[in-house]
Amino acid sequence: MPHTTSIPTSDFASPQALSEALEKHAYLSDEGLATACFLGLRMRRPLFLEGEAGVGKTELAKTLAAVLDVPLIRLQCYEGLDAAQALYDWDFPRQLLHLRAAEAAGVTDVERLESELYDRRFLVSRPLLQALETSTEERPAVLLVDEIDRADDEFEAFLLEVLSDFTISVPELGTIRAERPPVVVVTSNRTREVHDALKRRCLYHWLEHPAFDREVAIIRRRMPDATESLVRQVAGAAGRLRKLDLLKAPGIAESLDWTEALVALGARDLDPDIAAVTLGAVLKYREDTERVVAGGIGALFNGA
Amino acid sequence: MAPRDVVETLTGFARTLRAAGVGADPERVQAMIGAVGHLDVLDARDVYWAGRLTMCADPADLPRYDRCFAAYFSGDTATVRRTAPPPVTVVRHAATPGTAGDDRPGDVSVATASEIEVLRLRDVARLSPAERAEVHRLLALLDDVTAQRRSRRFTARHRGRLDAHRTVRSILRRGGEISGLHYRAHRTRPRRVVLIVDVSGSMSPYADVLLRFAHAAVRSAPRSTEVFSAGTRLTRVTRELRHREPDAAMTAVSAAIPDWSGGTRLGEELKEFLDRFGQRGMARGAIVVIASDGWERGDTTLLGHQMERLHRLAHRVVWSNPHKAQPGYEPLTGGMLAALPYVDDFVAGHSLAALEELAGVIGNA
Repeated sequence: MPHTTSIPTSDFASPQALSEALEKHAYLSDEGLATACFLGLRMRRPLFLEGEAGVGKTELAKTLAAVLDVPLIRLQCYEGLDAAQALYDWDFPRQLLHLRAAEAAGVTDVERLESELYDRRFLVSRPLLQALETSTEERPAVLLVDEIDRADDEFEAFLLEVLSDFTISVPELGTIRAERPPVVVVTSNRTREVHDALKRRCLYHWLEHPAFDREVAIIRRRMPDATESLVRQVAGAAGRLRKLDLLKAPGIAESLDWTEALVALGARDLDPDIAAVTLGAVLKYREDTERVVAGGIGALFNGA
Repeated sequence: MAPRDVVETLTGFARTLRAAGVGADPERVQAMIGAVGHLDVLDARDVYWAGRLTMCADPADLPRYDRCFAAYFSGDTATVRRTAPPPVTVVRHAATPGTAGDDRPGDVSVATASEIEVLRLRDVARLSPAERAEVHRLLALLDDVTAQRRSRRFTARHRGRLDAHRTVRSILRRGGEISGLHYRAHRTRPRRVVLIVDVSGSMSPYADVLLRFAHAAVRSAPRSTEVFSAGTRLTRVTRELRHREPDAAMTAVSAAIPDWSGGTRLGEELKEFLDRFGQRGMARGAIVVIASDGWERGDTTLLGHQMERLHRLAHRVVWSNPHKAQPGYEPLTGGMLAALPYVDDFVAGHSLAALEELAGVIGNA
């Protein structure tokens, strides 16, 4: 449904235009992801990103905020997260102080005192409320709901409610409505099934590990100091490692860490000796390291 | 293309998707139509992405979506794969379920208390169809296959830690008068229970009853229970077991499991479970129950390694072996020997009583 509001800064003409804007901030997206972001902005629907750890889900939200030049508000989910930690809370100690101060000053107008107690300045905004409050038509905040699969399902149901009407009602203050919905990015590592009702509100995108060429481009972009051959070798080795059926296949983050480690050691090429001492930057399990070493580190570089 | 044609085309596409098992409900169709409106209707890539982003909700949907997209927009009809007929024994009660108090003689569902007591201890592999039906009925009544863990959240209690928030709030309400202290303690939450049921040939007398036990577990804690079947392939059957009615659930499960009564490759399947689900968190802090006789073909070192891995992730590993209750049973099969060092509770699972005991082990873990 086309919106007839004034064109905000967040409006891009096409997925390609958005993809180029992301690239200016060193995030290289593929066609699917660019389309997902484009539609997310246009349709004002949350993006639901799933994929292995380290494929760039969180990074996308950060980059979107940079591209739109708006604040990024992050809600990290965990078991036991509840509404008070996600929405708002009253600052009780300050309220109490206010009360004592008024008492000391001899204020007797009870009604005034009461209404003062639930003033906006005593309300502590948590991420969701912050996102609604700071989103304006021209500058919608980017709200990152990170690792929703870690929160309990009660929280999921609650989030669904917030994401469907973008209003929060505070009993003492009234309803707080966003001028426009923030740009929402929800990420999940798939540790558990997220409820379909939540996914239905969103655009769903599954992120894969990048193809060789894109990974080379990403590393080159982020690590300008690395030599071309080093970058290609790292990307090739990372791709081979992902096929090895490891406990934790390296993500882009690991490729970048590895390159950084190699550059720091002054390597211009990836040879088995230097690979052996820097393997800790890519592999995060003892079993994985043992496996790669047993298979011969040299096998990682064939034809790279 | 006129807009009306677009809507018709996409609705037809959604029908194809639904037939292939992608949940393309009307709300999603609406979203796809909206998404296409923001892109180029005549560009196949744009239509592809508009549909994929709105219709899919799971990585498993993606290959199905690709198949349907190729088939539908190239004019072919998508082929829907039919699964094999259910090999499960769904024993219907001999008589139609009567109203309460209707106690016709011969109705299997009215066993006396002493008959039930005897039945509870019988090995389910040696039951007549009528007795089996009675066991199924009793299993369906099992409603407490759950475990608890301490949550990070708090709840108001009369003792525990001081709840500063509530205390100050109540002081505020009384205009600054300190009236009493409030306390809080950790709440309890359901702990995740993962059941892996071996459906290979050697387990076939028990698989049916064990899956019904799993059904009872899913019903008693639908959000925190996961069930897999293992044989030659690992199959996640939690969704199928969400049917309320036990027979309907069993029919759905049997359609979903492709490898009934085949061989066992428990080590590989456990590895697949840990790689795809367990490592990411499903097994983390969970109670994992493996129901198998431990007949492992081939090398058992893999099984041992995977059990070790599982043991590190899970809160408790329970192994239920139907043969354990047999007099003179010794865990001598290769698989069992390799697994036992990493098993916290080794229990039977051959009779109703044994399954009730298993429920108790899960509850107390």
